[in-house]
Amino acid sequence: MIHSLFLINCSGDIFLEKHWNSVVSQSVCDYFFEAQEKAIDVENVPPVISTPHHYLISIYRDKIFFVSVIQTEVPPLFVIEFLHRVADTFQDYFGECSETAIKDNVVIVYELLEEMLDNGFPLATESNILKELIKPPTILRSVVNSITGSSNVGDTLPTGQLSNIPWRRAGVKYTNNEAYFDVIEEIDAIIDKSGSTVFAEIQGVIDSCIKLSGMPDLSLSFMNPRLLDDVSFHPCIRFKRWESERVLSFIPPDGNFRLISYRVSSQNLVAIPVYVKHMISFKENSSSGRFDVTIGPKQNMGKTVEGVVMTVHMPKAVLNMSLTATQGSYTFDPVTKVLTWDVGKITPQKLPNLKGIVNLQSGAPKPEENPSLNIQFKIQQLAISGLKVNRLDMYGEKYKPFKGVKYITKAGKFQVRT
Amino acid sequence: MIAKGKNASELFPAVVKNVASKNIEIKKLVYVYLMRYAEEQQDLALLSISTFQRALKDPNQLIRASALRVLSSIRVPIIVPIMMLAIKEASSDLSPYVRKNAAHAIQKLYSLDPEQKEMLIEVIEKLLKDRSTLVAGSVVMAFEEVCPDRIDLIHKNYRKLCNLLVDVEEWGQVVIIHMLTRYARTQFISPWKADEVVDEYNENNFYESDEEQKEKDQKLKSTYTMDPDHRLLLRNTKPLLQSRNAAVVMAVAQLYWHLAPKSEAGIVSKSLVRLLRSNREVQYIVLQNIATMSIQRKGMFEPFLKSFYVRSTDPTMIKILKLEILTNLANEANISTLLREFQTYVKSQDKQFAAATIQAIGRCATNITEVTDTCLNGLVCLLSNRDEIVVAESVVVIKKLLQTQPAHHGEIIKHMAKLLDNITVPVARASILWLIGEYCERVPKIAPDVLRKTAKSFTNEDDLVKLQILNLSAKLYLTNSKQTKLLTQYVLNLGKYDQSYDIRDRTRFIRQLIVPNEKSGALSKYAKKIFLAQKPAPLLESPFKDRDHFQLGTLSHTLNSQAIGYLELSDWPEVAPDASVRNVDVVESAKEWTGILGKPKKEKPTEKFYSESEEEEDESTSTSSSGKCLDLHCLENWSESDSESEKEDKEEGSTDETSGSSSPSEESTDSDSDSKENTAKKTSRAANESDSEDIKKKAEGISKKRSTSSSSDTESSSSEESSSGSKSESDSKSDSEPGKPRSATSTKKEEKTVQDRKTPNKQDVFLLDLDDFCPVTTPVTVPTAAVLSPSLTADLEGLNLSSSSVIDVTSQVSVPTKTYELLHRMSGKGLAAHYHFSRQPGLFCDHMVPVQVTVTNTTDQKIDNIHIEGKKLPPGMRIHEFNPIECLEPGGSTTVTMGIDFCDSTQTASFQLCTKDDHFNVSIQPPVGELLLPVTMSEKDFKKEQGMLTGMNETSATIAVAPQNSTRLVIIERVMKAANLGVVSSGQDNIHRFAAKTVHSGSLMLVTVELKESSTAQLVINTEKTVIGSVLLRELKPVLSQG
Repeated sequence: MIHSLFLINCSGDIFLEKHWNSVVSQSVCDYFFEAQEKAIDVENVPPVISTPHHYLISIYRDKIFFVSVIQTEVPPLFVIEFLHRVADTFQDYFGECSETAIKDNVVIVYELLEEMLDNGFPLATESNILKELIKPPTILRSVVNSITGSSNVGDTLPTGQLSNIPWRRAGVKYTNNEAYFDVIEEIDAIIDKSGSTVFAEIQGVIDSCIKLSGMPDLSLSFMNPRLLDDVSFHPCIRFKRWESERVLSFIPPDGNFRLISYRVSSQNLVAIPVYVKHMISFKENSSSGRFDVTIGPKQNMGKTVEGVVMTVHMPKAVLNMSLTATQGSYTFDPVTKVLTWDVGKITPQKLPNLKGIVNLQSGAPKPEENPSLNIQFKIQQLAISGLKVNRLDMYGEKYKPFKGVKYITKAGKFQVRT
Repeated sequence: MIAKGKNASELFPAVVKNVASKNIEIKKLVYVYLMRYAEEQQDLALLSISTFQRALKDPNQLIRASALRVLSSIRVPIIVPIMMLAIKEASSDLSPYVRKNAAHAIQKLYSLDPEQKEMLIEVIEKLLKDRSTLVAGSVVMAFEEVCPDRIDLIHKNYRKLCNLLVDVEEWGQVVIIHMLTRYARTQFISPWKADEVVDEYNENNFYESDEEQKEKDQKLKSTYTMDPDHRLLLRNTKPLLQSRNAAVVMAVAQLYWHLAPKSEAGIVSKSLVRLLRSNREVQYIVLQNIATMSIQRKGMFEPFLKSFYVRSTDPTMIKILKLEILTNLANEANISTLLREFQTYVKSQDKQFAAATIQAIGRCATNITEVTDTCLNGLVCLLSNRDEIVVAESVVVIKKLLQTQPAHHGEIIKHMAKLLDNITVPVARASILWLIGEYCERVPKIAPDVLRKTAKSFTNEDDLVKLQILNLSAKLYLTNSKQTKLLTQYVLNLGKYDQSYDIRDRTRFIRQLIVPNEKSGALSKYAKKIFLAQKPAPLLESPFKDRDHFQLGTLSHTLNSQAIGYLELSDWPEVAPDASVRNVDVVESAKEWTGILGKPKKEKPTEKFYSESEEEEDESTSTSSSGKCLDLHCLENWSESDSESEKEDKEEGSTDETSGSSSPSEESTDSDSDSKENTAKKTSRAANESDSEDIKKKAEGISKKRSTSSSSDTESSSSEESSSGSKSESDSKSDSEPGKPRSATSTKKEEKTVQDRKTPNKQDVFLLDLDDFCPVTTPVTVPTAAVLSPSLTADLEGLNLSSSSVIDVTSQVSVPTKTYELLHRMSGKGLAAHYHFSRQPGLFCDHMVPVQVTVTNTTDQKIDNIHIEGKKLPPGMRIHEFNPIECLEPGGSTTVTMGIDFCDSTQTASFQLCTKDDHFNVSIQPPVGELLLPVTMSEKDFKKEQGMLTGMNETSATIAVAPQNSTRLVIIERVMKAANLGVVSSGQDNIHRFAAKTVHSGSLMLVTVELKESSTAQLVINTEKTVIGSVLLRELKPVLSQG
């Protein structure tokens, strides 16, 4: 299946390679570079490239291309999903998935890759298992290791590998038993010029941080489970219980993980918590334009809208912008033509406004289209869909855990066309 | 150094020396090094082999596995025999982890030496039989690699794979699903042919229970019946749509696309749309697949139209794919919104995308005739756009559109002719020229002028444009030779000396054709016809049109070309191959069968064996002891057959006031073991037959099966001395009335028995009938153990051991019934009530738990008309009331039986106990142990079922056992006291097994108590009903640990 893996940085250097079968020469990557050149933008590099003898499937994460070499037919999503899993694991181990982090920990990276794939077929991808096999590097451990000569590699087979609960390791012990759930909802929306909603839906996830001893069996129930239209589960969740009782019943993995992600059915009207008034115009035959944007809160159920950031990809013809913001600060990057306005909290009494003049390249034609505004915001303690966790019960262990639920609503892909 | 791709091979000997190192990290790194360079330095690599061979025997499974991994990764041909040997050994290793690695090693060995194929297939065959979820994914992978065409290996394992699928790790799931898709395409007949008929029926059918479906299936049998195995596959893959792994979701989606009836395939769309939230690469692949799907079945994705709206921040390739899908989904209803959306896209800064949008508009315009004009107008507006690419694209699209309806577009052509001065994009220029040439008669003034202009710039034009200039000149020459003769000559001359041979060719051709000279033959006469013939309008088609011949979700589909190793998805067979090849052995198939049925309510396989055997047994006992049930008031019927007495029994429970019912079937004490074994064998064979019948003829309903089983019954019974005549008669009758609902109320039964008594001849029929209907009621529970003498029990146990077949007669040990208070006499104004759980199976209907209520009158007056009223029950619960007690004398007490369906929950059932004048609120809360019905099964069955119920369905605890509790009898007694479980005979002394099923849903509940050293025990409960399982675990813990 997966024959080899190359890690390539943005400047086109192959800084790591790993072969699970016979060795494939680096020259394979030339096809990839070719495609990369053709695509101009890194985002546009096709994920699947066909070369005379191999197929290259690549992903782009954190400024690194993970390019895998395939020789025979395989579902491409299989490879893509796996590569993302590799990147996630690096992130998990080193805190970031960057070139320097990988280079610093090359031995661990190698051991990880060795464990994750055998002959190109995924072996252990669950982070709980990997962490038992290969312990993540910490400063303390590296000191201890260099003194005692012990290693990062576990010498017993993780029990999870053999049991039917591969996501949980055995013998977990905590003094404080805690279970936290973050219900995070993101609003994806496209708002058209006149302010009416073209498309809006809510995508939610429940991220959990579970630090419970032993083998707890949890069941989480919602006040209004019918809201959830389409749900995808962590493998630990018992599907049958959900089908019959709409209760999430599971033996959790240890640590942080994503319990479910869901979509709220689009039939329900989505309350858009902010509105944007905008006036962007470019004058014909002159090298300037006007820019005036106001953001205001709308139906936010008594909660403040915070962390508001607006980013605008201005047309190429824009040279510079001289604006004044009544609140927050703005930056304009003349190279990438990205305008960022960090607004912060919105108070209904004084609406934040950004106003000023756009300088255009002289001689260039007036831009065709007004740029669309991407808005980010955050509302604490509110799940916009109205989803509420009812209760969490624990079976199988005696102690009483500390439980906590947090709700956050955020803007997802929130776009205002102008 | 390896990571950097440098050659480190000169260090080989030094590194390999470290292979024996104790430090596991160094060891692993050496392994990495070895795998990389062994091929180059084969001789030296051989030195390390012996280390691995030693490691293969290591007690630590991790070391065994990794040794196998490295050994098989060393690509040195000399060691092939050693590898083969190691794989063979590992494939029968105890640890599934090692077996998994063996499966991986198969692929490696195969790629190293394909000649080993035959041997490897043997190993694969063996590993395919493995029941571990760990192994399944890897071995199917190996199967795909080594011998994908050996479908015959799958037959026997098909159902197992389907059932295990949910528990396999996600990567394995993908591989298995893809393999099963291929398999199903060869084994089942197409569900699409009969789709029109099946459509509505499947729609509402999908969530219904299987029994219902089976009935409906039967109705539709004339049209199409889905193979139950086919259905099994669809059902078992459906939950995987909820997987977090995009590859799994996609695999299921393609399985539904390729295998499910069209009406069902729709359920995948929601999940696929969900995937659009994830990474760019995933989006790309998923969108590609959706594009292909949306061409064929628009309806699937129409509800999600808005999810495909484009955002300005999407990468271009995603934008274009989304656009493609939007275009595919366009129809009369949504076109206006779509066009508005397209208008925004056209203005996009991303010009490539804008151009694609224009093409999309063009496609919509041709596909939906109502909007053609609107689109055309819109496109003409775009012609005044400042961006060249947009204009050029519009021109090309307009050209195609005009061709479809050339009648009245002179204006547009004129407008375009004007544009020609500004446009530089060759395709657009060529398009305009072509248009003018084609419709030169409509624009007679402009056309020659255009030719004049282009002739001037001929030399600087692109080849494409040059060709069109030539065409234009030719056409003009033919229609308007006066004005253009000279111009044409000029152009042709220019063309003659052009650099491109294509153009020179064309020039020569045109000259010969149109310029009349003496040599020109008949052709030139037709020149006009040739050039100005009506040309068919081009069809604007999706580029994804031709992709559907590749299996969705594959690499080949993404690339739109056949990848190496792509396996064609075969067409549906005309006639389904024999389905029985998937049947395994008896027990296997019986189990699969229950799997197919979902929750089997009546026909537990083990019970079925049992009921049959019991009949045999009964017959033999009928001659022997029948005197035990002295208190039965129907002794006169008794000698006919034992099975009858069970029925009596049941009835008795409902009608009699006393609890002293006993089931006499285990009175089979002195039936000689020879005949017993004999019958056992026979029945197992019979069961085998009937089971395989079942699977084949499931759709034909239960009735058929009944008849087969009962007929096989007759076969075996005729060999015995018992009344074969009446038997066969009864068989034929049972055939004739198979459809009676078994959940007949007790009153009904009562009536029947009354009849029976009157006509004893008819009775047999009836008994058999009932027997067939409610095998659940046959288990040999003895509610009051007092009836059975200890010696009898011992005898029974002896019998137990002697029977070698799966049939297992469990004798239930005493069940001392604990009494709970229902109503205290103080609060009940002198009326007291107690209840206990009588553990009689299925008195009222098989979902109800029987409760015996003893009502005592402690007052000095009569209490009249005691009955139940005002039931306050949680949803789903039901109560079967006892018959009202007419009158209760002072100081008297009476016992009545009622049934409560607790729905497998420990919620309380509240109701009012009423007398003539008073109402008392009372409630019954069942201990979890009473929500069970004992089940008899063999140890083998038990283990198999347990194997299916691992993982999340397993709860376990380690407990300290009081020393006096460690003998077998005590444990059994204590456990049985706490819960209504059936004992499973165990081969090991320290392991005790109990089996039961929940009363309401019939889910299995398997309890294992394993005694360990130092007076601890491992208590394991396997069940689907995990809540009940964990509660039961909690209740059993103190039972065993108390002194």
